[in-house]
Amino acid sequence: MNLPRLALAYLAARPFATLLHVTMLALGTATLAFLLLFTHQAEERLAKDAKPVDLVVGAKGSPLQLILSTVFHVDVPTGNIGLDEAEALVAHPMVAAATPVALGDSFRGHRIVGTDASFLGLYDAKLAAGRDFSADMEAVVGSEVARRHGLAPGAKITGAHGLAQSGPAHDEHPYEVVGVLAPTGTVVDRLVLVSVSSVWHVHEHHGGAAPSPALAAPGGAMRPPSQGGRLEITALLVKYATPLAAAMLPRFVNATTAMQAASPAYESARLLDLVGVGVETLRWFALVMMASAVLSVLAALTAALQSRRYDLALLRTLGARPAALAGLVLAEGVTLLGAGVILGLALGHGAAHALGAWLAASGSFALTGLAWAPGEAMLVGGVAAAGIATCLVPAVQAYLSDPATLLAKR
Amino acid sequence: MTPNPAMLEVRGLRQVFGGRTVLDLPEWTVARGEACLVLGPSGSGKSTLLNAIAGLATPTAGTVRVDGESMTDLAPAARDRLRARRIGLVLQTLHLIGVASVRDNLRLAQRLAGLPPDEARLAEVLEGLGIAALADAKARDLSVGEAQRVAIARAVVNRPPLLLADEPTSALDDASCALALDLLLAQARACGATLVVATHDQRVRERFDRRLDL
Repeated sequence: MNLPRLALAYLAARPFATLLHVTMLALGTATLAFLLLFTHQAEERLAKDAKPVDLVVGAKGSPLQLILSTVFHVDVPTGNIGLDEAEALVAHPMVAAATPVALGDSFRGHRIVGTDASFLGLYDAKLAAGRDFSADMEAVVGSEVARRHGLAPGAKITGAHGLAQSGPAHDEHPYEVVGVLAPTGTVVDRLVLVSVSSVWHVHEHHGGAAPSPALAAPGGAMRPPSQGGRLEITALLVKYATPLAAAMLPRFVNATTAMQAASPAYESARLLDLVGVGVETLRWFALVMMASAVLSVLAALTAALQSRRYDLALLRTLGARPAALAGLVLAEGVTLLGAGVILGLALGHGAAHALGAWLAASGSFALTGLAWAPGEAMLVGGVAAAGIATCLVPAVQAYLSDPATLLAKR
Repeated sequence: MTPNPAMLEVRGLRQVFGGRTVLDLPEWTVARGEACLVLGPSGSGKSTLLNAIAGLATPTAGTVRVDGESMTDLAPAARDRLRARRIGLVLQTLHLIGVASVRDNLRLAQRLAGLPPDEARLAEVLEGLGIAALADAKARDLSVGEAQRVAIARAVVNRPPLLLADEPTSALDDASCALALDLLLAQARACGATLVVATHDQRVRERFDRRLDL
């Protein structure tokens, strides 16, 4: 037997207390690890989805809602904009490129996006099978949609109104899947892409209208207006022509048109700020838990030191150096800390993965526990530093203990 | 070179606590292989003397030489090494590491003395003290009599040339007292060790070659 094994024997001799301290440490670590994973991956995901788009121009309303609906595809749109106004904006010298987005339906919770070929370019999406849509009622599906629903070119899918899976179905207007996209790690993986004119076609009987030549489906598959009325799309995803456009174009849109301009980067940051309040509260809560756990280890070690002072005195009589006794106490504390942190990381990552699997089932945020967040190294380092600093107090007490005095007191 | 015939040499040893002299021993020598009794009432300085010999306490004045080395002049680390290698201690409380097995208690003594693991020696000592069957028992589960044997086993496992025992019999009945003393004397003889027993127990006075009265 050596001193590290003796430290383990001391821990094993009081299993309930050891389990309690390890569990407390693990819960604090798990909460912090989970929050780090969640916030890091959410930020990464938002940044990745928002990066290709400089500005979204859509109907007036909440700018955050506009971004959530047209970039992240998790909310209902603020409304529609006139195609004529959109086309006028496309011609603006500060606009380098504009991608139309026409929303309205979904396929089993995956949004059907009426757009054109430039949409794939925005996210650098490549076809894994089949071809791009070139005619009305043709669809290209994202990799996640294809995987979850077993879709391949030639499959037929039907949209339902709205984002909910229970919305009224458009059974009379099935889409034919003509292509499947390779995974991109972006929102595109969870979308069904069709031409704008397909969306109009499906909604014709709801008062929809025909597309315009400028922002319609690729391949010139135009559908003539059948019911008249104003032509509309949901939004335009704009790329700036110059850096100056970032300052001028939104102001121009908001001040001189009936449309609203919103910056995905700004709204993402605002969203993170809004969510961040809750995350920050949880983070503080976890830190308090962690501090309590570390203090409980201190209390445990101090109590153990008290009950074991004769053991320490005996070890001195057997030749153990004071530093070895301090090391014994430290080893006990570090074992508790190590077990707590390892278990906590496993729990945190496990919880993140379980939540990710649950969210993935609903086609939502793809959280994974099989990755590290950058802050986790700091978390482990911080816990180790705080824990070891705490354990040093009883370790120094052990170092300074006088065996003759202790034995005489017995 | 002829080994020093004296295992233990004490010169002018004095220990003062709070202005009160608790030990004053001008000169005392114990020969190699001798069994010596230090007899005196409680508070007479017996434990203080043993602590000074073992290097667990620094005396106010005087020197203690163990096997030719001056314990009182050594640095703390060297004192710990000397104690671990050359002195076996049987404490009054028979204190064992309760969470460890009997075998591990003995292994700790080997390891802390810086000696390589010697399972054959462990088996020999356990056998010699009649506790081989208890080798894997946790020390906290032992009876007082069993713990006493284990404490002796731990003191002799490294074959120290000097064995110190502090009140090894005072809490025992007559039969146990005799048995404990038999074991101590037998183990000291088996190791060729010098034995110093400090006690106030008058029952043991006839069993030793020499006696120091404090």
